Amino acid sequence: MKNLFDRAALRFYAAVVRGNLAKAFEMTNTQVLRGAALPKSWTDLLGRKLFLFLLTVQGLGAFALITLGVILNKSGVANNVMRPRIRQEIVRAGLALLPMFFFVALALGFLVVGQTVSALAKVGAIEYLGSTMVIVVVRELGPLLAAMLVLARVGTANVIELGTARAMGEVEALEALGIDPVHYLIVPRVIGMALGIFSLTIYLIIGALASGYLFAFLQDVPMTPGDYFKQIVESLGWLDFALLALKTIAFGFFIAVVTCYHGLAQPLQLEEVSRVAVRAVTQGVIVCVLIDAVFIVLYLVA
Amino acid sequence: MSENQNLPAIELRGVSVAAMRDATFIVVDNVDWLVASGEFWVIGGQEHSGKSDLLMLAAGLMPPVIGSYKLFGNDTKNFGEAELAERLRVGFVFQGGHLFNQMTIAENVALPLQYQKNLVPAEAVREVQALLELMELSPLADVAPSGIAANWRQRAALARALILKPEVLLLDNPLASLGARHRHWWLRFLDELSRGHGQLGGKPMTIAVTADDLRPWQNARRKFALLHEKKFTTLGAWNEVETADHSAVKELLATPVEATM
Repeated sequence: MKNLFDRAALRFYAAVVRGNLAKAFEMTNTQVLRGAALPKSWTDLLGRKLFLFLLTVQGLGAFALITLGVILNKSGVANNVMRPRIRQEIVRAGLALLPMFFFVALALGFLVVGQTVSALAKVGAIEYLGSTMVIVVVRELGPLLAAMLVLARVGTANVIELGTARAMGEVEALEALGIDPVHYLIVPRVIGMALGIFSLTIYLIIGALASGYLFAFLQDVPMTPGDYFKQIVESLGWLDFALLALKTIAFGFFIAVVTCYHGLAQPLQLEEVSRVAVRAVTQGVIVCVLIDAVFIVLYLVA
Repeated sequence: MSENQNLPAIELRGVSVAAMRDATFIVVDNVDWLVASGEFWVIGGQEHSGKSDLLMLAAGLMPPVIGSYKLFGNDTKNFGEAELAERLRVGFVFQGGHLFNQMTIAENVALPLQYQKNLVPAEAVREVQALLELMELSPLADVAPSGIAANWRQRAALARALILKPEVLLLDNPLASLGARHRHWWLRFLDELSRGHGQLGGKPMTIAVTADDLRPWQNARRKFALLHEKKFTTLGAWNEVETADHSAVKELLATPVEATM
């Protein structure tokens, strides 16, 4: 542990942070603690866990801020190289997942929406359908499910790709060529994932609501499609649209940051990549739930 | 003509070099090294003597722990965007190449040119093809790095470093794991670069290489240095290397050439 507080190491760390080199993140890694021997007491273990948590939050926070800074400061840099890379990431985190999302939308509609419509009709509470659908599907299930699916499909790929690139020395090679690794490797993934989750959530919600009605129709629920969609539209406010956009973009941004942080910012050996991928997905889920909690508060306050 | 033309390309004074993989571990201490424009340096050292770390520091890829580092006369404390133009005057070739595995050889070579000059692929193709032709890499242009032998990957890495026409070229153990034919090609080509290659502007290039075997680098025009037990020692010209009484130098002269691929 003494190395973390060594004065020369801190000076070196400050220099690489100023230079925005990928090496800066290595210094904030948590491997010293993870690799240490088991502590002798429970309080030591608790302290170590707390310290690990704080180091992870610090590393993720620093990485998120640096990524945001690079997105803003380098928006016009090397457009001819970056635009195709961003398009490629939008396809990967959005378009390529559409077939899976149509299936999930269908399943969600049948399993959740259809049953809810049917149940409300049975107890004579069909007038609450619109607000129930907006709360369950538009505000909660749609965005969260979309985020989880993209995290599983694209987030893990991010960790593995970047971890392998890091282990193979490709990040140092980018720096040697004067190419900012955060700009070249991270920014397209962040933008692609934010736009991908936003778009997929919209498709998922529309698909789930439509297939839900289809399920209810098959169960002879006395409701026309016009009444069904009218109730939903009347329950939607401008805040739902604004917060849905903000929430899905936040999901995309932070999932990309967490997965890229674990792939790029830690000095990895090839054999560590799979273990780090699991850790990144776990932290991605936690971050999404925390973001969701923040937005629940926003909905309640508004 | 640049006003910095007569300044040393690289100047290290009292520099301590940290390991790339562990920033708290000093691999070389108190380095004084001055690389004048047009010089050809060979730095000898055994494995884990800090050759790669020293070279990466000289390229501006990591800062010194202590000491002064000047690139083309500019005291470089930070390594941010403002120093990018200076850094691009230095080309770096990693041991093993460190090519981007998702791209073809031609795309690897084109990337720095496209990124730094904001070109679409069609605008870079002529320059890339000419360089690939010069390096005998044209038949491999559309092949992924994983599909070619290490000999050619190393050569592709050289092409990628040269595409931006650097004034200084730093190469980390370029002859390691190369076959005899490729070693010969490298020594001849680097010598041409050092004298000024006609197809690359004709200006003599400043070159520094690291090596774990000094014998292939025998040449009266080259300068030699030794990395041993965290110390950087300037040896001088080849005749001084041959007559050096240092046991580490003798080891580097007697080291058998690595098995060819």
